[in-house]
Amino acid sequence: MQILIILLQIVILLAIVLLHVAYTTYFERKVIGHMQVRLGPMTVGWHGLLQPIADGIKSFFKEDIIPEQADKPLFLLAPVICLVTMLASLAVLPFAKGWVLADINIGLLFIFAMSSLASYGIILAGWASNSKYTFLGGMRSMAQVISYEIPMGMSLIGVMMLSGSLNLTEIVNSQGGSLFSIYLFPQIIGFFVFFVAMLAETNRVPFDLPEAETELVSGYITEYSGMRYAMFFMAEYIGMMVMASIGTVCFLGGWNGPFPIPFFPPFWFILKVYGFLFLFIWIRATLPRYRYDQLMELGWKLLIPLALLNIFLTGLFKAFF
Amino acid sequence: MTETTTLSVPVTQGDEDKYKLRMGPQHPATHGVLRVDLELDGETILDCYPQVGYLHRGFEKLAENRTYAQNLVLTDRLDYMAAMANNVGYCEAVEKLLDINVSERAKFLRVMVCEMARLTSHLLWLATHALDIGAMTVFLYAFRERETLMELFAELCGSRLTNTYTRLGGVRQDVTHEIMMKLDRFVNEFPACIAEYETLIDTNRIWLKRTVGIAPVSAEMGLDLCLTGASLRGSGVDYDVRKHMPYAAYDQLDFEVPLGETGDIYARYRIRMEEMLQSNIILRQCIEKMPPGSIVGDDAPDLIMPTIPQKKVTPDTSAHQGLIKLIDDRNVYMEGDVYVATEVPKGELGFYFVSDSKGKPYRMHIRSPSFIHIGALQTLGKGVMVADLIAIIGTLDVVLGECDR
Repeated sequence: MQILIILLQIVILLAIVLLHVAYTTYFERKVIGHMQVRLGPMTVGWHGLLQPIADGIKSFFKEDIIPEQADKPLFLLAPVICLVTMLASLAVLPFAKGWVLADINIGLLFIFAMSSLASYGIILAGWASNSKYTFLGGMRSMAQVISYEIPMGMSLIGVMMLSGSLNLTEIVNSQGGSLFSIYLFPQIIGFFVFFVAMLAETNRVPFDLPEAETELVSGYITEYSGMRYAMFFMAEYIGMMVMASIGTVCFLGGWNGPFPIPFFPPFWFILKVYGFLFLFIWIRATLPRYRYDQLMELGWKLLIPLALLNIFLTGLFKAFF
Repeated sequence: MTETTTLSVPVTQGDEDKYKLRMGPQHPATHGVLRVDLELDGETILDCYPQVGYLHRGFEKLAENRTYAQNLVLTDRLDYMAAMANNVGYCEAVEKLLDINVSERAKFLRVMVCEMARLTSHLLWLATHALDIGAMTVFLYAFRERETLMELFAELCGSRLTNTYTRLGGVRQDVTHEIMMKLDRFVNEFPACIAEYETLIDTNRIWLKRTVGIAPVSAEMGLDLCLTGASLRGSGVDYDVRKHMPYAAYDQLDFEVPLGETGDIYARYRIRMEEMLQSNIILRQCIEKMPPGSIVGDDAPDLIMPTIPQKKVTPDTSAHQGLIKLIDDRNVYMEGDVYVATEVPKGELGFYFVSDSKGKPYRMHIRSPSFIHIGALQTLGKGVMVADLIAIIGTLDVVLGECDR
């Protein structure tokens, strides 16, 4: 019985998250459209509201092309790895008090593990397509993941030290309910490092090198089509949401808000996540793209020292106050 | 079909470390159908061989079988970003060859459309160059202003892209009062638009990192590579055909030639931004100084199209007679050769004619800046990274229609 309930919860969570993914693409296209003096999708439904559904149907019925020279098992597996790992990391996110599927005590580590695994999907996709652009995209992704996992992990060590836990619910609880007790202010350096690393981790502008359109055509997804392409797309958006959720939980006080919303406790959580997503989109509309070696330079020479400094300062703070 | 599952990176014997990548001709950032064969070590380019010819339409040969008036439409298809400037360049050359006078008003109209074409071309350059480096919004902002100019072209001559606006001895249609009013409004608003683009990229740290110090061209090197236009002026060489060998009405107008110092991508970007402002100043002067009078020269009335463009051209209408006259009656065809250069947005566009007094060019050679700039790619592309190569293709501002002819 217990298992059935959990399964039901998983199905409901997946349905809700996938619907959000569909409408995040709509949100992105609308916001970026208005930032770029155009309207975004307008044709399907009122102001294009049914566009994500039309896109979903389209990619579902499109031909699934597998290149002749591709390494077939790996080619088929790569998008699945990306999507499954991203979906798995949803399990430990606390959407509201008690609204969490798996309240494990290493939640933060679990999410890091899963997002690292997702990059295997990208690397394998780049390798298995047996195309030169995808290969370069896969290589870039590999380098990017190595450079940005480290500052990202380090940037959250400060939060772990302050809250004394890796459990995401604990981290939210330790921040209390008021605006001034959230970890954004004591961990402002950590937040900066986390935010930059988060953009790189999710392959967003200005760090969208693995799929840099004007350089590598589409990077690692060049040879993919139809639903497999859509799976990469969904993985990227779920990745954005998971990273935004981590930011919300670790720095912005999770589901706590100025006043509780009756009947719908995750309101503030979702609002904060969409705030992050808006930032992602805003940055995409504004910034050019880094070059490969400049990306490495930023990661190793700026973010890692900053993250270490943050750990040092937090340690001093903990020792003396 | 047995060995298909193993990944095999094609390498030639002896240099297994090189990764060969054939970039283009269908690649989103090669501005048309440029193909660049790359030899890579990781992401660093060891060698780079540009390959052209995918858009070759044989214009130079084609021109030998058509009269001078008929060849005008071919020039639209050279640099299709600035067809007006090509039209003017072609007509200036033929007029010098055939000794045809141009009326004062037509000269000013030519300068006006040339500068409008320069703006459309530079705006498209800015849009795609920024997009190549990843700044997506600049692309759509620049297209907004470009659209205004395209609408003006359509109103002026009925066509947005392939204008065929000039005629031997003048231009085809006169401007209306509405067009001048609209242009006046555009000229007033345009500097603010430039400022808007600059807020997005001018001091953007990432933009600076991607452009400052990348692919520097010294003045000497630029001359060696035969660069012209903004690509050369970015290196500080003061060479602008409009200023130093004025054609049309450029000698009566007051404008400056912006010069750079460092010769890197950022310098060339700044030059083109300044040039847009200078074009705006020239347009302002054109509006103010536009002289009244005929739009064709006195001795070339039989070279223009009929006044009612809707009229169908059948063998007995005046248009056809005009073309016949061009071939048969006119006794201005002389033997000899002529080279006339004009400053198109991409650089120096030259037309070289050899005439054997048959009414058709014996040989027409087009000195197209894009072809020569692509030649510079091989030198500039060595030792940079793949992302830089894309930026270099953008900064040289090449268009393959003009390169391949």
